[in-house]
Amino acid sequence: MAKLLTWVDDRFPLTRMMREHLTEYYAPKNFNFWYYFGSLALLVLVMQIITGIFLTMQYQPSAEGAFASVQYIMRDVHWGWLIRYMHTTGASMFFIVVYLHMFRGLLYGSYKKPRELIWIFGMLIFLALMAEAFMGYLLPWGNMSFWGAQVIISLFSTIPWVGHGLAQWIRGDFVISGATLNRFFALHVIAMPLILLGLVVAHILALHEVGSNNPDGVEIKKNKDERGIPRDGIPFHPYYTVKDLVGVIVFLIVFFLIVFYAPTMHDLFLEAPNFQPADPLNTPAHIAPVWYFTPFYSILRSVPSIGGTAFPGVLAMGLSIVLLFFLPWIDNGLVRSTRYRSGLHKALLVLFAISFIGLGYFGTQPPTPQVKMVAQTLTACYFLFFIGMFFVSRYEKTKPVPERVTH
Amino acid sequence: MLKRIALILTVCCPLAAFGSEGAHPAFWKEPSINVHDKASLQRGARMFANYCMGCHQAKYQRWMHVADDLGIPDDVLQNNLIWTTGPKGKKERVGMLMTNAMTDEYASNAFGKVPPDLTLVARYREPAWIYNYLQAFYIDSSSKTGVNNALLKGASMPDVLWSLQGLQRAKFEKVDNEKQVVGFDQVQKGSMSPKQFQRSVNDLVNFLAYLGEPAQLDRAVVGKWVILFLVILLVLAYALKKEYWKDVH
Repeated sequence: MAKLLTWVDDRFPLTRMMREHLTEYYAPKNFNFWYYFGSLALLVLVMQIITGIFLTMQYQPSAEGAFASVQYIMRDVHWGWLIRYMHTTGASMFFIVVYLHMFRGLLYGSYKKPRELIWIFGMLIFLALMAEAFMGYLLPWGNMSFWGAQVIISLFSTIPWVGHGLAQWIRGDFVISGATLNRFFALHVIAMPLILLGLVVAHILALHEVGSNNPDGVEIKKNKDERGIPRDGIPFHPYYTVKDLVGVIVFLIVFFLIVFYAPTMHDLFLEAPNFQPADPLNTPAHIAPVWYFTPFYSILRSVPSIGGTAFPGVLAMGLSIVLLFFLPWIDNGLVRSTRYRSGLHKALLVLFAISFIGLGYFGTQPPTPQVKMVAQTLTACYFLFFIGMFFVSRYEKTKPVPERVTH
Repeated sequence: MLKRIALILTVCCPLAAFGSEGAHPAFWKEPSINVHDKASLQRGARMFANYCMGCHQAKYQRWMHVADDLGIPDDVLQNNLIWTTGPKGKKERVGMLMTNAMTDEYASNAFGKVPPDLTLVARYREPAWIYNYLQAFYIDSSSKTGVNNALLKGASMPDVLWSLQGLQRAKFEKVDNEKQVVGFDQVQKGSMSPKQFQRSVNDLVNFLAYLGEPAQLDRAVVGKWVILFLVILLVLAYALKKEYWKDVH
């Protein structure tokens, strides 16, 4: 065995990689609950790829065959229903996990110097994930798949001058059609997963280059022992592998409770209109994207049209995501962790969380005047977070940060 | 602790508090749906084959799964529920999909539109809606079919269950300045008593609820074992974590 390992190591840096990324990657010992979601996101990604491969074996990417093939998977393929429910539940759980993972970054300033690139790779993963989910949602070719895609793609046509051509280019047709379905299938099963995997590798490599942040926001590399090992660090393997294993199992219990006992999650993970095949002549009573897009959809709906075009709303929605990319530079505070930052900063984070969840909720509701008014207020709060952060971080009074992590 | 609670709320908030239901009409009744009641499902399957499948299909479902899931022997099902012949005039068999022989062209000529496929009807409409819809036909001489429906005005479907239910007239009342159906008066008896009829429609809707997702029968059975396995694994994993983390101070 040892001989084999040497043979491999002479040709491939197996042992070195294991050391660098697992057994001698020193992570702060004070990770809390929020730190489970990174490894959980990786778990869900792997689950989505594996269940996706099996779905691809039976799914037929054509306007004529897609809907029936999904029902074929649900009824005739052995365990097909389990694979499919794992995939649909996985899509929603991916966003839950990723949103919590991102909020962790906000809480402890994990995007701040020197971790800006980790954050940017992470944001790119988020963008790729949104594209992946959007394209995947078209594939069952249900009526909500069709109309949801119709609405979202038509957003591109609001862009002045090039919009119409662009939307048509994306669809490959004047309306959502078999051509759109086929290209979305190609992008969903090949292009986006490749991009996602590449970005995840970059995200982790960048993380392991600078080291993990922690709930105290203390740089553990500043305090090393005589062997050059951070005093507050512990090897990722075995400490965090066994800890994350506990998190993984708790997550799987929640995950499979949904898969086995509430796979539609009361119309939230799988929407009722999507059990009807796509029908261009039958518009669902209320078209809303799946829940994980509704915060942004809400922002889109909140901004009034100007001169008969919804472009300002589209811009606002784009801005709500683009601003997140610039967070490392919007936040100019010297202290990372919310634990040692001002009350005003904490209030801003609460405001952000409330506006995001609120926007998400109201985005699922039909746009009555009341819903619109609340959503507009929340949209203002969402953007106020970034403006507030810009000023507060420059002038806030912070608490002293400890020398070592608290554990 | 406060943080934990905040976190749990964060996760749960968007998930709970959904499902706003509109107000139901005065004649609304709730069915009792239990897809594990095999006798009810079998009676429902018989109703479905006899009264629905002349015009509607369940083209995503195979007869053999109905046989297996409902505990009906293949030959019994073959002889009692399958009435259709294939394109070559041969009787359809249990391995085939639950289709009928009506062409789309004929159907749209007869009804104005093709009757919808019913495989998934209980998933895009509530079973309770179907239950009430099937009992809400009333005499309306202005309609082509001679009946109208209190839940779906101007429904193109005729009252196919009239021979069982009998015929009924609607009682109207003004609610919110709108003439609405609030109940029914039977004007001609059917072959079933109102109670029997209600039970039969309940069986039929129960079958449709099953038909919408046959996997729900397996889900609950497999689910218990998976969760039990994970809980045991959790105990072991937690013990392992505790053991390793002893030396982290």
